[in-house]
Amino acid sequence: MKRKIKIKLNLLPYVLWMTLFVLVPLMLIIAFAFTTPEGTFTFNNIIYATKYSAVFGRSIVFGAIATLICFIIGYPMAYFISKTKIKYQSIFIMLLMIPMWTSFLLRTYAWMTILEYNGLLNKVISFFGFEKINMINTPGAIILGMIYNFLPYMILPIYTALSKMDKRVIEAAQDLGANKLKIFKKIIFPLSLSGVISGVTMVFVPSVSTFVISKMLGGGSILVIGDLIEMQFLGNSYNPYLGSAISLILMIIILICMGIMNQLEDNSGGRKATK
Amino acid sequence: MKILSKIYMTLIFIFLYAPIFVLIVFSFNNSKSRIVWSGFTFKWYFRLFENQDILYAFYNTLIIASVSAIIATVLGTAAAVGITKSKKWQKKLIMNITNLPMVNPEIVTGVSLMIFFVFMYNIFGIFKPGLITLICAHTTFCVPYVILSVMPKIKQMDYHTYEAAQDLGCNPIRAFAKVVIPQIMPGIITGMIMSFTMSIDDFVISYFVGGTVQTLPIAVYSMTRKIVSPEINALSSVLFITVFVLLIVINLRQAKDEKITK
Repeated sequence: MKRKIKIKLNLLPYVLWMTLFVLVPLMLIIAFAFTTPEGTFTFNNIIYATKYSAVFGRSIVFGAIATLICFIIGYPMAYFISKTKIKYQSIFIMLLMIPMWTSFLLRTYAWMTILEYNGLLNKVISFFGFEKINMINTPGAIILGMIYNFLPYMILPIYTALSKMDKRVIEAAQDLGANKLKIFKKIIFPLSLSGVISGVTMVFVPSVSTFVISKMLGGGSILVIGDLIEMQFLGNSYNPYLGSAISLILMIIILICMGIMNQLEDNSGGRKATK
Repeated sequence: MKILSKIYMTLIFIFLYAPIFVLIVFSFNNSKSRIVWSGFTFKWYFRLFENQDILYAFYNTLIIASVSAIIATVLGTAAAVGITKSKKWQKKLIMNITNLPMVNPEIVTGVSLMIFFVFMYNIFGIFKPGLITLICAHTTFCVPYVILSVMPKIKQMDYHTYEAAQDLGCNPIRAFAKVVIPQIMPGIITGMIMSFTMSIDDFVISYFVGGTVQTLPIAVYSMTRKIVSPEINALSSVLFITVFVLLIVINLRQAKDEKITK
Protein backbone atom coordinates (compact mmCIF):
# COMPACT_ATOMS: atom_id res chain seq x y z
CA MET A 1 0.00 0.00 0.00
CA LYS A 2 2.72 2.39 0.98
CA ARG A 3 4.60 1.83 -2.27
CA LYS A 4 1.46 2.46 -4.31
CA ILE A 5 0.95 5.92 -2.85
CA LYS A 6 4.56 6.84 -3.44
CA ILE A 7 4.32 5.88 -7.11
CA LYS A 8 1.31 8.11 -7.59
CA LEU A 9 3.21 10.96 -5.94
CA ASN A 10 5.97 10.51 -8.51
CA LEU A 11 3.56 10.96 -11.36
CA LEU A 12 1.42 13.69 -9.86
CA PRO A 13 3.55 16.77 -10.71
CA TYR A 14 4.00 15.59 -14.28
CA VAL A 15 0.32 14.83 -14.80
CA LEU A 16 -0.66 18.21 -13.32
CA TRP A 17 1.91 20.00 -15.47
CA MET A 18 0.83 18.31 -18.70
CA THR A 19 -2.84 18.88 -17.93
CA LEU A 20 -2.24 22.56 -17.31
CA PHE A 21 0.10 23.24 -20.24
CA VAL A 22 -0.99 20.70 -22.86
CA LEU A 23 -4.58 19.58 -22.33
CA VAL A 24 -6.12 22.85 -21.09
CA PRO A 25 -4.53 24.93 -23.90
CA LEU A 26 -5.76 22.45 -26.52
CA MET A 27 -9.26 22.59 -25.06
CA LEU A 28 -9.07 26.38 -25.17
CA ILE A 29 -8.26 26.15 -28.91
CA ILE A 30 -11.37 24.04 -29.44
CA ALA A 31 -13.45 26.38 -27.26
CA PHE A 32 -12.19 29.52 -29.01
CA ALA A 33 -12.85 27.98 -32.42
CA PHE A 34 -16.54 27.87 -31.59
CA THR A 35 -17.04 31.17 -29.77
CA THR A 36 -17.54 34.78 -30.78
CA PRO A 37 -15.55 37.58 -29.12
CA GLU A 38 -18.67 38.15 -26.97
CA GLY A 39 -18.49 34.60 -25.72
CA THR A 40 -21.47 32.99 -27.44
CA PHE A 41 -21.41 29.74 -29.39
CA THR A 42 -20.92 30.04 -33.14
CA PHE A 43 -19.94 28.12 -36.26
CA ASN A 44 -18.95 31.32 -38.07
CA ASN A 45 -15.22 30.96 -37.34
CA ILE A 46 -15.12 27.57 -39.02
CA ILE A 47 -17.26 28.78 -41.92
CA TYR A 48 -15.05 31.83 -42.32
CA ALA A 49 -11.93 29.67 -42.20
CA THR A 50 -13.15 27.56 -45.11
CA LYS A 51 -12.92 30.71 -47.28
CA TYR A 52 -9.18 30.12 -47.15
CA SER A 53 -9.48 26.71 -48.78
CA ALA A 54 -6.99 27.81 -51.48
CA VAL A 55 -4.38 28.39 -48.77
CA PHE A 56 -5.15 25.03 -47.16
CA GLY A 57 -4.91 23.32 -50.52
CA ARG A 58 -1.59 25.01 -51.31
CA SER A 59 -0.09 24.00 -47.94
CA ILE A 60 -1.15 20.40 -48.39
CA VAL A 61 0.25 20.29 -51.93
CA PHE A 62 3.55 21.88 -50.86
CA GLY A 63 3.80 19.52 -47.88
CA ALA A 64 2.95 16.49 -50.00
CA ILE A 65 5.51 17.36 -52.72
CA ALA A 66 8.22 18.01 -50.12
CA THR A 67 7.39 14.72 -48.38
CA LEU A 68 7.43 12.77 -51.63
CA ILE A 69 10.79 14.20 -52.72
CA CYS A 70 12.22 13.61 -49.23
CA PHE A 71 11.12 9.98 -49.54
CA ILE A 72 12.58 9.58 -53.04
CA ILE A 73 15.99 10.98 -52.11
CA GLY A 74 15.93 9.87 -48.46
CA TYR A 75 15.19 6.18 -48.92
CA PRO A 76 18.34 5.37 -50.96
CA MET A 77 20.38 7.40 -48.49
CA ALA A 78 19.04 5.40 -45.53
CA TYR A 79 19.56 2.17 -47.49
CA PHE A 80 23.17 3.01 -48.39
CA ILE A 81 23.99 4.03 -44.81
CA SER A 82 22.58 0.75 -43.49
CA LYS A 83 24.83 -1.09 -45.97
CA THR A 84 28.07 0.48 -44.69
CA LYS A 85 30.23 -1.02 -41.96
CA ILE A 86 28.68 -0.78 -38.48
CA LYS A 87 31.39 1.46 -37.08
CA TYR A 88 30.86 4.00 -39.87
CA GLN A 89 27.08 3.96 -39.53
CA SER A 90 27.05 5.88 -36.25
CA ILE A 91 29.34 8.51 -37.77
CA PHE A 92 27.03 8.97 -40.75
CA ILE A 93 24.01 9.20 -38.46
CA MET A 94 25.75 11.85 -36.39
CA LEU A 95 26.58 13.74 -39.58
CA LEU A 96 22.87 13.66 -40.43
CA MET A 97 21.91 14.92 -37.00
CA ILE A 98 24.31 17.84 -36.73
CA PRO A 99 22.43 20.05 -39.25
CA MET A 100 19.19 19.09 -37.51
CA TRP A 101 20.45 20.54 -34.26
CA THR A 102 21.73 23.74 -35.85
CA SER A 103 19.27 26.62 -35.75
CA PHE A 104 16.85 25.99 -38.61
CA LEU A 105 16.30 29.75 -38.95
CA LEU A 106 19.96 30.16 -39.80
CA ARG A 107 19.96 27.26 -42.23
CA THR A 108 16.92 28.69 -43.99
CA TYR A 109 18.56 32.09 -43.95
CA ALA A 110 21.58 30.52 -45.63
CA TRP A 111 19.31 29.36 -48.45
CA MET A 112 18.09 32.96 -48.78
CA THR A 113 21.63 34.06 -49.55
CA ILE A 114 22.14 31.17 -51.94
CA LEU A 115 18.88 31.52 -53.89
CA GLU A 116 18.69 35.32 -54.11
CA TYR A 117 18.63 36.91 -57.55
CA ASN A 118 22.17 38.18 -56.98
CA GLY A 119 22.95 35.20 -54.79
CA LEU A 120 25.60 32.51 -54.94
CA LEU A 121 23.74 30.08 -57.16
CA ASN A 122 23.00 32.72 -59.79
CA LYS A 123 26.66 33.76 -59.57
CA VAL A 124 27.64 30.23 -60.51
CA ILE A 125 24.99 30.08 -63.24
CA SER A 126 26.08 33.36 -64.83
CA PHE A 127 29.73 32.31 -64.53
CA PHE A 128 28.97 29.46 -66.89
CA GLY A 129 27.31 31.90 -69.25
CA PHE A 130 23.69 31.10 -68.56
CA GLU A 131 20.87 33.50 -67.91
CA LYS A 132 20.12 34.26 -64.21
CA ILE A 133 17.07 32.46 -62.87
CA ASN A 134 14.55 33.96 -60.48
CA MET A 135 14.55 31.38 -57.69
CA ILE A 136 13.68 33.08 -54.42
CA ASN A 137 10.05 33.93 -53.60
CA THR A 138 8.75 31.03 -55.70
CA PRO A 139 6.87 27.91 -54.59
CA GLY A 140 9.97 25.93 -55.62
CA ALA A 141 12.11 27.81 -53.11
CA ILE A 142 9.62 27.10 -50.31
CA ILE A 143 9.52 23.39 -51.18
CA LEU A 144 13.32 23.28 -51.36
CA GLY A 145 13.46 24.85 -47.89
CA MET A 146 11.11 22.17 -46.56
CA ILE A 147 13.12 19.36 -48.16
CA TYR A 148 16.37 20.76 -46.84
CA ASN A 149 15.12 21.25 -43.29
CA PHE A 150 13.22 17.99 -42.90
CA LEU A 151 15.17 15.47 -45.02
CA PRO A 152 16.98 14.01 -41.96
CA TYR A 153 13.59 13.30 -40.35
CA MET A 154 12.86 11.02 -43.32
CA ILE A 155 16.25 9.31 -43.44
CA LEU A 156 16.63 8.51 -39.73
CA PRO A 157 13.48 6.41 -39.11
CA ILE A 158 13.95 4.52 -42.40
CA TYR A 159 17.55 3.81 -41.45
CA THR A 160 16.42 2.56 -38.03
CA ALA A 161 13.89 0.20 -39.61
CA LEU A 162 16.43 -1.06 -42.15
CA SER A 163 19.17 -1.66 -39.62
CA LYS A 164 16.85 -3.53 -37.25
CA MET A 165 15.86 -5.91 -40.02
CA ASP A 166 16.63 -9.58 -39.48
CA LYS A 167 19.34 -10.35 -42.06
CA ARG A 168 18.50 -14.07 -41.97
CA VAL A 169 15.18 -13.38 -43.72
CA ILE A 170 17.08 -11.95 -46.69
CA GLU A 171 19.51 -14.88 -46.68
CA ALA A 172 16.59 -17.29 -46.64
CA ALA A 173 15.05 -15.55 -49.65
CA GLN A 174 18.39 -15.77 -51.48
CA ASP A 175 18.64 -19.46 -50.69
CA LEU A 176 15.16 -19.94 -52.06
CA GLY A 177 16.25 -18.34 -55.31
CA ALA A 178 14.88 -14.79 -55.20
CA ASN A 179 16.82 -12.20 -57.19
CA LYS A 180 17.90 -8.84 -55.78
CA LEU A 181 14.94 -6.89 -57.12
CA LYS A 182 12.49 -9.42 -55.82
CA ILE A 183 14.14 -9.45 -52.39
CA PHE A 184 13.86 -5.68 -52.22
CA LYS A 185 10.25 -5.62 -53.37
CA LYS A 186 9.03 -8.54 -51.30
CA ILE A 187 11.15 -8.30 -48.14
CA ILE A 188 13.28 -5.23 -47.59
CA PHE A 189 10.74 -2.59 -48.57
CA PRO A 190 7.76 -4.09 -46.72
CA LEU A 191 9.85 -4.52 -43.58
CA SER A 192 11.08 -0.91 -43.73
CA LEU A 193 7.56 0.43 -44.21
CA SER A 194 7.12 1.33 -40.53
CA GLY A 195 10.17 3.61 -40.87
CA VAL A 196 8.77 5.12 -44.06
CA ILE A 197 5.46 5.82 -42.34
CA SER A 198 7.04 7.63 -39.41
CA GLY A 199 9.39 9.45 -41.78
CA VAL A 200 6.46 10.63 -43.86
CA THR A 201 4.64 11.93 -40.77
CA MET A 202 7.75 13.58 -39.40
CA VAL A 203 8.29 15.45 -42.69
CA PHE A 204 4.68 16.16 -43.58
CA VAL A 205 3.56 17.61 -40.21
CA PRO A 206 6.22 20.34 -39.93
CA SER A 207 6.06 21.06 -43.70
CA VAL A 208 2.33 21.59 -43.77
CA SER A 209 2.37 23.79 -40.65
CA THR A 210 5.46 25.94 -41.23
CA PHE A 211 5.35 29.68 -41.51
CA VAL A 212 9.03 30.52 -41.21
CA ILE A 213 10.12 28.82 -44.44
CA SER A 214 7.33 30.38 -46.46
CA LYS A 215 8.09 33.81 -45.01
CA MET A 216 11.82 33.63 -45.61
CA LEU A 217 11.98 31.83 -48.95
CA GLY A 218 8.55 32.81 -50.27
CA GLY A 219 8.90 36.48 -49.45
CA GLY A 220 5.57 36.53 -47.63
CA SER A 221 3.60 36.66 -50.88
CA ILE A 222 2.78 32.94 -51.04
CA LEU A 223 0.46 32.24 -48.10
CA VAL A 224 0.36 28.85 -46.37
CA ILE A 225 -1.66 27.70 -43.32
CA GLY A 226 1.13 28.61 -40.92
CA ASP A 227 1.16 32.21 -42.18
CA LEU A 228 -2.59 32.37 -41.81
CA ILE A 229 -2.47 31.22 -38.19
CA GLU A 230 0.44 33.49 -37.38
CA MET A 231 -1.43 36.49 -38.82
CA GLN A 232 -4.42 35.85 -36.55
CA PHE A 233 -2.27 35.81 -33.40
CA LEU A 234 0.67 38.14 -33.96
CA GLY A 235 -0.03 39.85 -37.27
CA ASN A 236 -2.16 42.81 -38.25
CA SER A 237 -5.44 40.91 -38.35
CA TYR A 238 -5.57 39.91 -34.68
CA ASN A 239 -8.38 37.38 -34.30
CA PRO A 240 -7.61 34.44 -31.99
CA TYR A 241 -11.10 33.02 -32.59
CA LEU A 242 -10.53 32.60 -36.32
CA GLY A 243 -6.94 31.58 -35.59
CA SER A 244 -8.16 28.81 -33.30
CA ALA A 245 -10.61 27.61 -35.93
CA ILE A 246 -7.79 27.43 -38.51
CA SER A 247 -5.54 25.63 -36.02
CA LEU A 248 -8.31 23.15 -35.31
CA ILE A 249 -8.75 22.48 -39.04
CA LEU A 250 -4.97 22.05 -39.37
CA MET A 251 -4.97 19.49 -36.57
CA ILE A 252 -7.87 17.63 -38.19
CA ILE A 253 -6.11 17.61 -41.59
CA ILE A 254 -3.01 16.16 -39.96
CA LEU A 255 -5.04 13.57 -38.05
CA ILE A 256 -6.75 12.48 -41.27
CA CYS A 257 -3.42 12.22 -43.11
CA MET A 258 -1.90 10.19 -40.28
CA GLY A 259 -4.98 7.96 -40.25
CA ILE A 260 -4.58 7.32 -43.98
CA MET A 261 -0.90 6.50 -43.48
CA ASN A 262 -1.67 4.03 -40.70
CA GLN A 263 -4.33 2.44 -42.88
CA LEU A 264 -1.77 2.05 -45.66
CA GLU A 265 0.64 0.39 -43.27
CA ASP A 266 -2.03 -2.05 -42.11
CA ASN A 267 -3.26 -2.90 -45.59
CA SER A 268 -0.02 -3.40 -47.45
CA GLY A 269 3.44 -4.06 -46.15
CA GLY A 270 2.99 -4.43 -42.44
CA ARG A 271 0.63 -7.35 -42.61
CA LYS A 272 2.04 -8.98 -45.72
CA ALA A 273 5.52 -9.05 -44.26
CA THR A 274 4.44 -10.69 -41.06
CA LYS A 275 2.28 -13.29 -42.81
CA MET B 1 27.18 -0.07 -57.10
CA LYS B 2 29.54 0.64 -54.22
CA ILE B 3 31.00 3.71 -55.92
CA LEU B 4 27.55 4.87 -56.92
CA SER B 5 26.31 4.72 -53.34
CA LYS B 6 29.39 6.59 -52.14
CA ILE B 7 28.79 9.36 -54.67
CA TYR B 8 25.14 9.52 -53.67
CA MET B 9 25.93 9.80 -49.96
CA THR B 10 28.52 12.48 -50.62
CA LEU B 11 26.04 14.50 -52.65
CA ILE B 12 23.42 14.35 -49.91
CA PHE B 13 25.93 15.43 -47.28
CA ILE B 14 27.06 18.30 -49.52
CA PHE B 15 23.41 19.33 -49.87
CA LEU B 16 23.02 19.27 -46.07
CA TYR B 17 26.26 21.05 -45.22
CA ALA B 18 26.73 23.53 -48.09
CA PRO B 19 24.44 26.22 -46.63
CA ILE B 20 26.07 25.97 -43.21
CA PHE B 21 29.49 26.12 -44.85
CA VAL B 22 28.48 29.25 -46.80
CA LEU B 23 27.32 30.93 -43.57
CA ILE B 24 30.55 30.15 -41.74
CA VAL B 25 32.81 31.22 -44.61
CA PHE B 26 31.07 34.55 -45.03
CA SER B 27 31.29 35.27 -41.30
CA PHE B 28 34.99 35.94 -41.99
CA ASN B 29 34.27 38.17 -44.97
CA ASN B 30 35.64 41.69 -44.73
CA SER B 31 32.82 43.47 -46.54
CA LYS B 32 29.10 43.39 -45.82
CA SER B 33 28.47 41.50 -49.04
CA ARG B 34 27.02 38.01 -48.71
CA ILE B 35 28.32 37.03 -52.14
CA VAL B 36 31.63 38.72 -52.91
CA TRP B 37 34.69 37.69 -50.94
CA SER B 38 36.84 40.67 -49.94
CA GLY B 39 39.40 39.53 -47.42
CA PHE B 40 39.56 37.78 -44.07
CA THR B 41 38.42 39.43 -40.85
CA PHE B 42 37.29 38.66 -37.31
CA LYS B 43 35.45 41.96 -36.96
CA TRP B 44 31.93 40.53 -37.11
CA TYR B 45 32.74 38.37 -34.13
CA PHE B 46 33.88 41.43 -32.17
CA ARG B 47 30.78 43.36 -33.28
CA LEU B 48 28.66 40.41 -32.24
CA PHE B 49 30.00 40.53 -28.70
CA GLU B 50 29.34 44.27 -28.56
CA ASN B 51 25.76 44.00 -29.82
CA GLN B 52 23.64 44.61 -26.71
CA ASP B 53 20.42 43.19 -28.19
CA ILE B 54 22.08 39.93 -29.15
CA LEU B 55 23.88 39.61 -25.82
CA TYR B 56 20.65 40.25 -23.94
CA ALA B 57 18.80 37.70 -26.07
CA PHE B 58 21.62 35.23 -25.51
CA TYR B 59 21.41 35.79 -21.76
CA ASN B 60 17.63 35.18 -21.83
CA THR B 61 18.11 32.04 -23.91
CA LEU B 62 20.64 30.63 -21.46
CA ILE B 63 18.44 31.34 -18.43
CA ILE B 64 15.35 29.85 -20.07
CA ALA B 65 17.25 26.80 -21.32
CA SER B 66 18.92 26.09 -17.96
CA VAL B 67 15.82 26.58 -15.80
CA SER B 68 13.50 24.65 -18.10
CA ALA B 69 16.03 21.85 -18.59
CA ILE B 70 16.31 21.46 -14.80
CA ILE B 71 12.54 21.52 -14.20
CA ALA B 72 11.96 19.17 -17.15
CA THR B 73 14.60 16.76 -15.86
CA VAL B 74 13.11 16.62 -12.35
CA LEU B 75 9.52 16.26 -13.61
CA GLY B 76 10.49 13.81 -16.33
CA THR B 77 12.65 11.58 -14.14
CA ALA B 78 9.98 11.35 -11.46
CA ALA B 79 7.36 10.65 -14.11
CA ALA B 80 9.51 8.01 -15.83
CA VAL B 81 9.94 6.19 -12.51
CA GLY B 82 6.19 6.46 -11.90
CA ILE B 83 5.19 5.33 -15.40
CA THR B 84 7.23 2.12 -15.41
CA LYS B 85 5.60 1.07 -12.14
CA SER B 86 2.00 2.03 -12.90
CA LYS B 87 -0.86 -0.04 -14.30
CA LYS B 88 -1.10 -0.71 -18.00
CA TRP B 89 -4.04 1.57 -18.80
CA GLN B 90 -2.50 4.40 -16.80
CA LYS B 91 0.77 3.90 -18.62
CA LYS B 92 -0.99 4.03 -21.97
CA LEU B 93 -2.92 7.16 -21.09
CA ILE B 94 0.12 8.98 -19.78
CA MET B 95 2.26 7.99 -22.76
CA ASN B 96 -0.44 9.34 -25.07
CA ILE B 97 -0.39 12.68 -23.24
CA THR B 98 3.42 12.59 -23.43
CA ASN B 99 3.27 12.09 -27.19
CA LEU B 100 0.79 14.92 -27.74
CA PRO B 101 3.29 17.81 -27.80
CA MET B 102 5.59 15.69 -29.97
CA VAL B 103 3.05 14.93 -32.71
CA ASN B 104 1.16 18.21 -32.60
CA PRO B 105 2.48 20.82 -35.04
CA GLU B 106 4.71 23.29 -33.21
CA ILE B 107 2.61 26.23 -34.34
CA VAL B 108 -0.51 24.72 -32.73
CA THR B 109 1.37 24.10 -29.47
CA GLY B 110 2.59 27.69 -29.66
CA VAL B 111 -0.76 29.35 -30.27
CA SER B 112 -2.59 27.11 -27.80
CA LEU B 113 -0.13 28.11 -25.08
CA MET B 114 -0.42 31.74 -26.15
CA ILE B 115 -4.22 31.64 -25.83
CA PHE B 116 -3.85 29.90 -22.47
CA PHE B 117 -1.37 32.43 -21.06
CA VAL B 118 -3.35 35.43 -22.31
CA PHE B 119 -6.53 33.90 -20.91
CA MET B 120 -4.92 33.24 -17.51
CA TYR B 121 -3.43 36.72 -17.45
CA ASN B 122 -6.76 38.39 -18.23
CA ILE B 123 -8.68 36.41 -15.62
CA PHE B 124 -6.24 35.66 -12.79
CA GLY B 125 -3.45 38.11 -13.51
CA ILE B 126 -0.84 35.33 -13.64
CA PHE B 127 1.35 34.19 -16.55
CA LYS B 128 2.15 37.58 -18.01
CA PRO B 129 3.90 36.77 -21.32
CA GLY B 130 7.63 36.90 -20.67
CA LEU B 131 10.34 34.83 -19.03
CA ILE B 132 7.94 32.80 -16.88
CA THR B 133 5.68 31.79 -19.74
CA LEU B 134 8.73 30.96 -21.88
CA ILE B 135 10.11 28.71 -19.14
CA CYS B 136 6.74 26.96 -18.70
CA ALA B 137 6.36 26.42 -22.45
CA HIS B 138 9.92 25.15 -22.91
CA THR B 139 9.62 22.80 -19.95
CA THR B 140 6.43 21.40 -21.48
CA PHE B 141 7.99 20.44 -24.81
CA CYS B 142 11.20 19.19 -23.14
CA VAL B 143 9.72 16.80 -20.54
CA PRO B 144 8.69 14.13 -23.07
CA TYR B 145 12.30 13.87 -24.26
CA VAL B 146 13.55 13.42 -20.68
CA ILE B 147 10.98 10.68 -20.13
CA LEU B 148 11.97 8.93 -23.35
CA SER B 149 15.66 8.94 -22.43
CA VAL B 150 15.19 7.95 -18.76
CA MET B 151 12.62 5.16 -19.25
CA PRO B 152 14.93 2.69 -21.03
CA LYS B 153 17.45 3.08 -18.20
CA ILE B 154 14.81 2.26 -15.60
CA LYS B 155 13.81 -0.82 -17.58
CA GLN B 156 17.45 -1.93 -17.69
CA MET B 157 17.85 -1.35 -13.96
CA ASP B 158 17.69 -4.22 -11.50
CA TYR B 159 14.73 -3.41 -9.27
CA HIS B 160 15.96 -5.82 -6.60
CA THR B 161 18.84 -3.50 -5.71
CA TYR B 162 16.26 -0.91 -4.61
CA GLU B 163 14.49 -3.50 -2.47
CA ALA B 164 17.80 -4.74 -1.08
CA ALA B 165 18.74 -1.22 0.01
CA GLN B 166 15.45 -0.94 1.84
CA ASP B 167 15.92 -4.35 3.49
CA LEU B 168 19.31 -3.17 4.67
CA GLY B 169 17.69 -0.27 6.45
CA CYS B 170 17.51 2.59 3.98
CA ASN B 171 14.28 4.55 3.95
CA PRO B 172 12.65 4.69 0.47
CA ILE B 173 13.86 8.22 -0.29
CA ARG B 174 17.45 7.43 0.69
CA ALA B 175 17.33 4.16 -1.22
CA PHE B 176 16.03 6.02 -4.26
CA ALA B 177 18.76 8.66 -4.06
CA LYS B 178 21.59 6.23 -3.36
CA VAL B 179 20.60 3.25 -5.48
CA VAL B 180 18.17 4.20 -8.24
CA ILE B 181 19.47 7.64 -9.23
CA PRO B 182 23.08 6.52 -9.86
CA GLN B 183 21.88 3.67 -12.06
CA ILE B 184 19.67 5.85 -14.27
CA MET B 185 22.05 8.84 -14.24
CA PRO B 186 23.23 8.44 -17.88
CA GLY B 187 19.61 8.68 -19.06
CA ILE B 188 18.98 11.71 -16.86
CA ILE B 189 22.04 13.54 -18.17
CA THR B 190 21.21 12.74 -21.80
CA GLY B 191 17.65 13.97 -21.27
CA MET B 192 18.91 17.15 -19.68
CA ILE B 193 21.35 17.91 -22.49
CA MET B 194 18.62 17.20 -25.04
CA SER B 195 16.22 19.54 -23.24
CA PHE B 196 18.87 22.21 -23.08
CA THR B 197 19.65 22.07 -26.81
CA MET B 198 15.96 21.86 -27.78
CA SER B 199 15.21 24.89 -25.65
CA ILE B 200 18.10 26.89 -27.13
CA ASP B 201 16.98 26.05 -30.66
CA ASP B 202 13.25 26.61 -30.25
CA PHE B 203 11.79 29.44 -32.26
CA VAL B 204 8.16 28.77 -33.15
CA ILE B 205 6.80 28.24 -29.64
CA SER B 206 8.90 31.03 -28.10
CA TYR B 207 7.72 33.37 -30.83
CA PHE B 208 4.11 32.99 -29.70
CA VAL B 209 4.52 32.89 -25.91
CA GLY B 210 7.46 35.24 -25.40
CA GLY B 211 5.63 38.57 -25.41
CA THR B 212 8.29 41.23 -25.74
CA VAL B 213 11.11 39.09 -24.31
CA GLN B 214 13.63 38.17 -27.00
CA THR B 215 15.44 34.86 -27.14
CA LEU B 216 18.30 34.25 -29.51
CA PRO B 217 16.21 32.56 -32.23
CA ILE B 218 13.66 35.39 -32.03
CA ALA B 219 16.47 37.94 -32.37
CA VAL B 220 17.82 36.00 -35.35
CA TYR B 221 14.37 35.93 -36.93
CA SER B 222 13.89 39.67 -36.55
CA MET B 223 17.38 40.22 -37.98
CA THR B 224 16.57 38.18 -41.08
CA ARG B 225 13.40 40.26 -41.57
CA LYS B 226 15.38 43.53 -41.60
CA ILE B 227 18.70 44.59 -43.09
CA VAL B 228 21.06 41.69 -42.72
CA SER B 229 24.45 42.10 -41.15
CA PRO B 230 27.27 39.53 -41.24
CA GLU B 231 27.07 39.48 -37.43
CA ILE B 232 24.35 36.92 -37.97
CA ASN B 233 26.85 34.72 -39.83
CA ALA B 234 29.29 35.06 -36.94
CA LEU B 235 26.50 34.14 -34.56
CA SER B 236 25.57 31.08 -36.59
CA SER B 237 29.18 29.88 -36.63
CA VAL B 238 29.40 30.24 -32.85
CA LEU B 239 26.11 28.35 -32.42
CA PHE B 240 27.12 25.68 -34.91
CA ILE B 241 30.39 24.99 -33.10
CA THR B 242 28.55 24.89 -29.73
CA VAL B 243 25.98 22.39 -30.97
CA PHE B 244 28.70 20.38 -32.70
CA VAL B 245 30.66 20.03 -29.44
CA LEU B 246 27.51 19.23 -27.41
CA LEU B 247 26.48 16.53 -29.88
CA ILE B 248 29.90 14.94 -29.84
CA VAL B 249 29.75 14.89 -26.03
CA ILE B 250 26.30 13.23 -26.12
CA ASN B 251 27.50 10.67 -28.66
CA LEU B 252 30.64 9.83 -26.73
CA ARG B 253 28.52 9.37 -23.61
CA GLN B 254 26.14 7.04 -25.42
CA ALA B 255 29.04 5.07 -26.91
CA LYS B 256 30.49 4.72 -23.41
CA ASP B 257 27.13 3.58 -22.02
CA GLU B 258 26.80 0.96 -24.71
CA LYS B 259 30.24 -0.37 -23.93
CA ILE B 260 29.38 -0.59 -20.23
CA THR B 261 26.07 -2.35 -20.83
CA LYS B 262 27.75 -4.76 -23.23
